[in-house]
Amino acid sequence: MSLETVACPACDLLQEIPPLPPGGKARCPRCAETLASRPADPLDRPLALTLAAAIVFIIANTQPLMGLSAVGRQASTTILGGAYEMWVQGQDLTAMVVAFCVVIAPASYLAFMVTILLAARRAPAPSWVGELLRWAHFLKPWSMLEVMMLGVLVALVKIAELASVSPGIGMYAVGLLILLLPAIAVTFDPGEVWRRVEWAAGVAPAE
Amino acid sequence: MSATVRTGVEAGLVSCETCDLLSRPARGGRPGHCPRCGSELEWRRRDSIQRTWALLVAAAICYIPANILPVLRTNTAVSSDADTIISGAIFLYTSGSWPLALIVLIASVMIPLGKLVALAYLLITVQRGSVANNRDRARLYRLVEIIGRWSMLDVFVDTFTVALVQLQPLMSVEPGPGVVFFMAVVVLTMLAVESFDPRLIWDAGKNWESRHA
Repeated sequence: MSLETVACPACDLLQEIPPLPPGGKARCPRCAETLASRPADPLDRPLALTLAAAIVFIIANTQPLMGLSAVGRQASTTILGGAYEMWVQGQDLTAMVVAFCVVIAPASYLAFMVTILLAARRAPAPSWVGELLRWAHFLKPWSMLEVMMLGVLVALVKIAELASVSPGIGMYAVGLLILLLPAIAVTFDPGEVWRRVEWAAGVAPAE
Repeated sequence: MSATVRTGVEAGLVSCETCDLLSRPARGGRPGHCPRCGSELEWRRRDSIQRTWALLVAAAICYIPANILPVLRTNTAVSSDADTIISGAIFLYTSGSWPLALIVLIASVMIPLGKLVALAYLLITVQRGSVANNRDRARLYRLVEIIGRWSMLDVFVDTFTVALVQLQPLMSVEPGPGVVFFMAVVVLTMLAVESFDPRLIWDAGKNWESRHA
């Protein structure tokens, strides 16, 4: 592999990235931004993790997140149930943003990643793979399951003052998801996919 | 090192924001599209400073009703209490869970305020063409980028409290008008962070946007 010249995306400094050992990372000497990483198995490992995360995501969204019992009455809620209740109570904008951040964004991210990782297995990959990668990158900061998890825990402690509460199966699934999602990001190398994608301008990937 | 430092724009090369490919656009006019992924190329994010200021000012305006208006209203058979974000944190503290009170205070008060101040500081120093503390300012931007989303915490606390405590007529919790403003602060500051171009920190007053246009 030859030296790859890049301009740092955070400070525009031109530099050459040397061949990295497996597991290695390259940082910009001027602003310390991470420029490239070389995970050991950049397509298969994230694919396995993404498929696992997709299964756990379905469990997290279909099982109750937490339950409450007070004076003989029982109640429980799911992730979408939370957003739905806000909608019913007239907070439609908040309900939509919550639904986007904890259901739509992570679900789309996982769906895009599975598609990208399957389609990039043979080079050259079609150019729509690049389009999906752009969307996955855009969605990442808006997927807030770990923030939601902490929020649910705070809500549980608050409600525990008034009634007896217990975390549900959905909560354990969310706990597993917030470990799997960063693991996908760490084992995945977007550069590997870009090197395989067919060029929009019609040039074949240079080998 | 300083003698050999060259940026992409100084060498006439533009880096694609989507796929990081470095390409040399034709001279004059806009840089066009990335040959690999087809994204529109730009020397620097378009109107970065104006857009970031606009989003930041909007967020600062929303920050006031977000803290004054109640976010939750608890109705029981005998009483009705309204809670703002601050009084919610105080409730957690007085009910004995000070670690959680601290988490809520950091996520709901310190992070949003810190984000507003940090972005204003970055914008002002860039507009003045400051060359001091570049590395620290780049680090500050990265920090704001990473921890900004955590201020959504209170929106989730309110959402799931409302979703679970619906035991009419005994006790119920309904959302207050403050929630939507608080959510707006978080979303607007996240958009402001995305529209700010960290490369401007290093350009130190050189207006590449107009020179190449």
